[in-house]
Amino acid sequence: MIVIDPILRIDGLTKRFGTLPVLQHVSVAIARGRVTAILGPNGAGKTTLIKILLGLTRRDGGLIELDGQPLGDDPSARAAIGYMPQIARFPENLTGAELVEMLVDLRGPGATLDRDLIDRFRLGGDLTKPLRTLSGGTRQKVNAVLAFLFTPTLLVLDEPTAGLDPVASGVLKDKIREERERGKTLILTSHVMSELEELADDIVLLLDGRVRFAGPLRDLTARTKQISLERAVAQLMREATDAGSEAA
Amino acid sequence: MKTIAKVMKYELSDVVRSRWLVAYTLFFVIVTDGLLRFSGASANAELGLLNVVLVVIPLVSVVFGTMHVYNAREFTELLLAQPIGRRQLFGGLYLGLAIPLSLGFAAGVGIPFALHGFDDPVQRRTLATLLGIGVVLTFSFTGVAFALALRLEDKAKGLAAAIAIWLVTTVLYDGLVLLLGAMFADYPLERPLIALMMLNPVDLGRVLMLLQLDVSALMGYTGASLKSFFGTSGGMLLAVGALLLWAALPPLAALRRFGRKDF
Repeated sequence: MIVIDPILRIDGLTKRFGTLPVLQHVSVAIARGRVTAILGPNGAGKTTLIKILLGLTRRDGGLIELDGQPLGDDPSARAAIGYMPQIARFPENLTGAELVEMLVDLRGPGATLDRDLIDRFRLGGDLTKPLRTLSGGTRQKVNAVLAFLFTPTLLVLDEPTAGLDPVASGVLKDKIREERERGKTLILTSHVMSELEELADDIVLLLDGRVRFAGPLRDLTARTKQISLERAVAQLMREATDAGSEAA
Repeated sequence: MKTIAKVMKYELSDVVRSRWLVAYTLFFVIVTDGLLRFSGASANAELGLLNVVLVVIPLVSVVFGTMHVYNAREFTELLLAQPIGRRQLFGGLYLGLAIPLSLGFAAGVGIPFALHGFDDPVQRRTLATLLGIGVVLTFSFTGVAFALALRLEDKAKGLAAAIAIWLVTTVLYDGLVLLLGAMFADYPLERPLIALMMLNPVDLGRVLMLLQLDVSALMGYTGASLKSFFGTSGGMLLAVGALLLWAALPPLAALRRFGRKDF
C-alpha cells in the first residue's frame, strides 16, 4: 500500500524475545487523519508493535518515523502520542482528579486540555473518589479521558471499549470519529470485528510477526470477496496457514 | 530532577494513604511503647527494638515493595508512554515508596520515645543510629524489591524470591557464619568474619548498633575483635560506608534493569 504523507512510517522493524521472533521485518505506513486497526491472532505481534511505538519495548532493528522524525530514545517525541492501555489499573489511593493533575504536571504547562470526555461520561463525581473504589467500567472511562486529555496528534487505543457499557462505548466511538474528523490519527486494536468495521478506515493484519495485509478496509473485503471484516480476516488467516503447510 | 520530584509527589501521596503503611507505623508505635514501658531503661528498649527492626524492616520492605511494583505494572506502562525519561520515572517511583516506608518506621519509633522522654545524650545517639540503620535497610530492601519485580515476570516467583532473600539475610546467613566459625575454630577468623559481616547489610546494622550500645563484651572474644576493628574511626568509617553502599547498590541495579527492560 502506498501512503502519501504518512504520520507514521515503520520500516524493517524486528524484535525477538530470546530466540522467539515476534516481529519480522515489519514495514508499514500509517495514514494521517485516519483510523487504522491493527489486527491479528494472539501472539501475532500486535501488542509488541504498539509497545515499541510507545517506547515501552526496545526494538532490535528497523526504523520508525513519526511526522518525518526518527523515533528514538528521546522521550519528548511521545508528547504527540496519547495512549489508552487495555487494562485500567491506577494507584489505588489516588483520586481520578489527582491522576489527571499528575499527568498534567508531568507533561508540563502549555498543553491544550480536552476535558470533553469527563462531561460526556458524567465522571465529575467519580473523579473525587479513590480509584480503588471505582468499578472496572468507570476506571476504563478514566483511562479514556487520560488518552484524549492532551489533544495528541496520534492516539493509540488498545481494546478501548473493553469493559465499557453500551452507552459509554457509544460515547467513546463518537469521540473517536470526531477526533478523526479533526484530523487526528488513531491506531486501535480490538477483538470485536464489528466494532472495527464500524470505526476503522485502514487495516493492518499481522500474522506470525509479519504484515499479511495493509490497506483500506474496503480493499480487504473486495480482495477476499467476503461480506464482513471477520470473514475476510479469517480467509487471510486460512490462506496463510495453507501456504505455510504447503511450504513445509 | 523536577520530573523525579513530580512522580515522587503522587507516588508518595498514594503510599501514605495505604492501610498497610498505617498498620506498619502503628506496629512500631505499639512495639516501641511496649518495650519502653516494660523494659525500664531506654537502652534495653533500644536493644529489644534492634531485633525487631532487623527482622521486620527487611521483610516489609522487600515483600510490600515487590507486591507494590507488580501491582503498579500497568500504571508504570502508562507513565512510560508519557514524554518523560525512564531514569526520572524510576527515581520517582522508588523514592515515592522508600521515603514513606522510612517515615512510617521513623515516626513509629520516634513518637513513643519523644513521649516517654529521655535526656541522656548517649541514648539519643543510639536511637539516631537505630533510626539510621532502619532507613538504610528500608532503602536497600525496597531496591531489592524493585530489582526482583523488574527481573521476574511471574508475580509468584518474584514474591518467593523476595521471601527467600529475606530469609537468607536475616536468618540463614547468621547460621552459616556460625557454622563456618565452628568449622574453622582453630584458625584466626577475625578478618574473614568482619568481611562476611560487610557482605550482609542486616549483620552490618546489628554490629554497628551493638557496638553503640556497648554490649560487645557479651559476645566474648568475637565482640572484642569486632570492637577492636569497628571501634577505630577507620573501621567505623568502613562499616558506615559499606552500609551506605548497601543502600545504594540494590536500587542502582534496579535502575539499570528499568532502563533496559521491555515492558
